[in-house]
Amino acid sequence: MHIMEGFLPVGHALAWSAVSAPFVLVGAQRLTKTLRERPDIRLTLAASGAFAFVLSALKIPSVTGSCSHPTGTGLGAMAVGPAATTVIGTIVLLFQALLLAHGGLTTLGANVFSMAIAGPWIAFGVWKLAGKLGAPAALAVFLGACLGDLGTYVVTSVQLALAFPDQVSGFGGAFAKFASIFALTQIPLAIAEGLLTVVVMNALAGRHSKMEIRA
Amino acid sequence: MSARMNWMLVGLAVLIGAAPMIMGIEGEYGGADDRAKNVIEESGYQPWFSSIWEPPSGEIASMLFALQAALGAGGVGYVVGRLHGRRERTK
Repeated sequence: MHIMEGFLPVGHALAWSAVSAPFVLVGAQRLTKTLRERPDIRLTLAASGAFAFVLSALKIPSVTGSCSHPTGTGLGAMAVGPAATTVIGTIVLLFQALLLAHGGLTTLGANVFSMAIAGPWIAFGVWKLAGKLGAPAALAVFLGACLGDLGTYVVTSVQLALAFPDQVSGFGGAFAKFASIFALTQIPLAIAEGLLTVVVMNALAGRHSKMEIRA
Repeated sequence: MSARMNWMLVGLAVLIGAAPMIMGIEGEYGGADDRAKNVIEESGYQPWFSSIWEPPSGEIASMLFALQAALGAGGVGYVVGRLHGRRERTK
């Protein structure tokens, strides 16, 4: 889902940065406040950040014959909240933009929006909704992480289609094109991320205790 | 959820990653990010900014990716271990 450095027109790059900046600022504020009020959340926060680091580094082959990576931000969204997860995701994206030439600074705003804002909020919303509808805790976690991951890639496809509409078929055609590259490739990976998130959530909650972290 | 169930879920995730090769799907297995980049370049778009630093070789890039994953895995392991120890003590 990384839009490469320089691969968004200036106007789009600026617009996405402007959209994402307030989320990052509010997220950072929320994070410092939470840490002051509940210092015990530090470990969960560390685990969420670490999980996003691992998963977004793993490029996994998919059924479309190309590779992509999970995002790992669903866990944080459910364990420490989507606002705090925006900060985690931004740090991961910055690390990759500066040290790995993966993504970029001009496209950071757009990438933050898809992976660190849209993904975590979708994960959080789906998890809460599934919990309310009476889904078992593990299923709610799976659905949240899975759809948050997939949602990130759908958002990337929308961002690219807005920036590069097809000359004949416009936004719709371009979206279909980018979604076939990103979202289709992502489906099996999103399922894998959902499964791994359930495992780590179980490990954090302790297998003998009931899930501490529930929707 | 039982430990066995957890391992089954991990196994299933690994299987999902291996499935394309097991099923013999042909492809270059390049990055989806790069495929999107190529599609954009075909439209004649010229990127207006390039990375300020790039890993000098594929080896160094893969080392940095491995480092990223290692840091993360270490972090997750540390936290899970600490929480486990805390629960053992309070039992």
